[in-house]
Amino acid sequence: MKDISQSINKVDNDEKISGKAKYVADIKMEGMLHALTLRATIAKGEIVEIIYPKLPEGYFVVDYKDIPGKNIVKVIFDDMPIFTTGKITYLHEPIALLIGPDKFLVNELLKQVKVTYKEEKPLFDWVDSVIHYEFKKGEGFKPKKGDIIIEKSYETSYQEQLYIETQGMIGYMEDNEKITLVGSIQCPYYVKNALVQALDVEDKLVRVIQATVGGAFGGKEEFPSLIACQLAVAVKKIKKPIRLIYEREEDILSTTKRHPSKTTLKALMRNDKIISLAVKVGLDGGANIGLSGVVLSRALIASSGAYTIDNLDVQGDVFRTNTVPNGAFRGFGAPQMMFAIEMFVDHVAKKIGKDPFKFRVEHLAKQGDYTSTMGLYRDPILLEDMINKAMEVSDYKTKRKLFDQKDSYKGIGMSIFFHGCGFTGSGEKNHIKAKVKLKKQGDSVEILIAAVDMGQGVKTSFRKLVAHILDIEIERVIFNNPDTDYVSDSGPTVASRTMMIVGGIVARCAKEMKERFSEENFIVEKVYEQPSYIEFDEATFTGDAYPAYSWGVNVVEVEVDPVTYQVKLHKTWSVYDVGKAIDERMVYGQADGGLAQGLAYGYLEVMNHKDGKIMQKNMTDYIIPTAMDMPPMETYLFDNPYAYGPYGAKGVGELSLVGGAPAVAKAIEQAIKRQVYKIPVTPEYIMELVNNGKD
Amino acid sequence: MAKINFKLNEEFVEIDTDLNRRLLDVLRDDFSLTGVKEGCGEGECGACAVLLDHRIINSCSTPLANVIGKEVMTIEGFSKTKRYETIKEAFAEAGGVQCGFCTPGMIIATESLLNKNPHPTDFEIKIGLSGNLCRCTGYNLIVEAVKEAIKRGEGLW
Ligand code: FES
Ligand code: FES
Repeated sequence: MKDISQSINKVDNDEKISGKAKYVADIKMEGMLHALTLRATIAKGEIVEIIYPKLPEGYFVVDYKDIPGKNIVKVIFDDMPIFTTGKITYLHEPIALLIGPDKFLVNELLKQVKVTYKEEKPLFDWVDSVIHYEFKKGEGFKPKKGDIIIEKSYETSYQEQLYIETQGMIGYMEDNEKITLVGSIQCPYYVKNALVQALDVEDKLVRVIQATVGGAFGGKEEFPSLIACQLAVAVKKIKKPIRLIYEREEDILSTTKRHPSKTTLKALMRNDKIISLAVKVGLDGGANIGLSGVVLSRALIASSGAYTIDNLDVQGDVFRTNTVPNGAFRGFGAPQMMFAIEMFVDHVAKKIGKDPFKFRVEHLAKQGDYTSTMGLYRDPILLEDMINKAMEVSDYKTKRKLFDQKDSYKGIGMSIFFHGCGFTGSGEKNHIKAKVKLKKQGDSVEILIAAVDMGQGVKTSFRKLVAHILDIEIERVIFNNPDTDYVSDSGPTVASRTMMIVGGIVARCAKEMKERFSEENFIVEKVYEQPSYIEFDEATFTGDAYPAYSWGVNVVEVEVDPVTYQVKLHKTWSVYDVGKAIDERMVYGQADGGLAQGLAYGYLEVMNHKDGKIMQKNMTDYIIPTAMDMPPMETYLFDNPYAYGPYGAKGVGELSLVGGAPAVAKAIEQAIKRQVYKIPVTPEYIMELVNNGKD
Repeated sequence: MAKINFKLNEEFVEIDTDLNRRLLDVLRDDFSLTGVKEGCGEGECGACAVLLDHRIINSCSTPLANVIGKEVMTIEGFSKTKRYETIKEAFAEAGGVQCGFCTPGMIIATESLLNKNPHPTDFEIKIGLSGNLCRCTGYNLIVEAVKEAIKRGEGLW
């Protein structure tokens, strides 16, 4: 049999390339109405009065008064209203839907709505802490008299997912009672559970179907539950199919983004080593808490990066502000932390006059070390070999020396990092409880799970996995887009968990099916079993925060224009340990795409707000890389099979994003001979550094 | 409102409508050609790309009036050609497709590029694709796909 990693062509190539694949905006239904959202025009206050224009026959307003159940979108932390009841906490907060058959007329009517407010002073400073976490490792941070302490602060700004397909959904009623939603979503059961609560109906009266998803990157993790609830309430009232598709501007201005962060790190030095680290992280949560606590946890757990530091004092806060709520984005707190710690170790080394590279290698995490939360790195860690590989293929040492020359505006930077695979702590066991079904019917086998193919290739990799285990042709394995009427709740498509966790359960089902394969029709059903050694106390942050870790090394070469300070990427080299690739080419695709987002986060993508208003409202203002910006990218994979992943697979999806920003920032540091403390490293920031910064 | 004629995917069509409407909406809503995608609606992303007299344009920023008497080709029409088969196989083999939302536009951009310049350099390929945004792939494997198409399609362009 072929090695599982050998690439095959993706099963959905034909429909996507030919334009036949149906994304939600491509679906037409008889008598379908269009919905647009009425939004607040202030950042904080109360609605005093809303005057709607006279609505023609067949046009409707739907607001909080129409919600049969709870006016809350069920996510991790339930504090986002479906529609405001009058209190406004951020600019563009949804007030109501306007709905009717002619989209242009709906838009005209929307413009005629008059809302008067009683304005209050909005809060934009990071002072209202709504979540605070802290934990210690070893003796924490206890300097003695005369100890050397080095302290630095780092900042990261917003990042917008900018999936090319905007948010969208269609809702309709079946059999006069059941409400069905078809949408561009990552988590069918998150949506379903939110609908059950909003509509206050039995489970079986709600159905959620995934349409082809045109990119998500976390942006379609929790946010779609909000639109789904709004639409479901409208469908319940109007009893007609309704579609709600965001235009780009609305999508950028009103949907969740990556949390801006500020991190202060303090190192306690002895014998040229960091013996203790104090970490303080602040995240801007925006107006609702939502997933922010989980994002903060992931950031805090990553606080010592790919290094082992025996003593830690870690603290973090989520601050509530009157800005658009922030949420899930590929990496989920780790990119912010990895940027800070990766810059910091270099800055510390420079401060004490040590070679940064050597200094980092001396601190690298090794198998058998304790993690930041006193879990254990049980599995082999191949970082040293991976670093050597990255240096060899990129000619790192020679270039590093060469670019150090005074008049060189070139730089080469290296980041070393990890990503915890799956949900943090006991999330899988306590909250998600993934279920999987594999069904044999005659000659074919159907995978019944809620995992969403949003481009990463789940449909292909899962069919391949099952076909491989059963030793049958991939054509005999069926995997349709999840429909909650049929598939089991295998959990959300997030957290680099899909192949390792869900794939692991699917593999167990397939193995059992193989033994009974002569039987005609049957179903194998299994649930997630957490490896018995995994223990995590969520209250104290102690134990194994993740069942497994994926590791990575990125090397980036750049050149900075000495006049314009524009940064040009020349080439990247990456080495990853994702356990075992279920399909090499698909992993390369994830590697390139994630790295592109990570690099751009580090030097290109500028997003900020002024008085609660996001200043970049379209693709002209918010710049993401084009083909001209991206250099050739080389990727190498190291096999390091994880016992509980299918064929040894660990997480892939997020890993490739988290090292991009520090790698490019370090390369820029070398090119301009200045230290970088915030991203994105824009030409304006470079100018400021060149004029005032220090080496 | 006005009645106009143009050639759409190798067929002559007639339509009676407002000439200020975006070509994108006419293609998607009136002709059900949903392979033409809307990503931004402002000429930045290329998801809505079609060929107008063999050259790539963004249909979201093209009023219908601009196509009178001309030839429009969408991914649906192009997918019936031999060149398409070659590009399709190259994209599949190279791994140039992830979520697929940018893909029809990328295919149109590739055709437009190779039609003008059958042997572009890597740099010219990147310029040729630079009007089409992809958030999934980082472009690396899309550039590989175009190179693969050039190799396989020797003589086609
Ligand atoms: S939709 Fe036309 S360029 Fe983006
Ligand atoms: S494949 Fe998703 S945007 Fe290009």
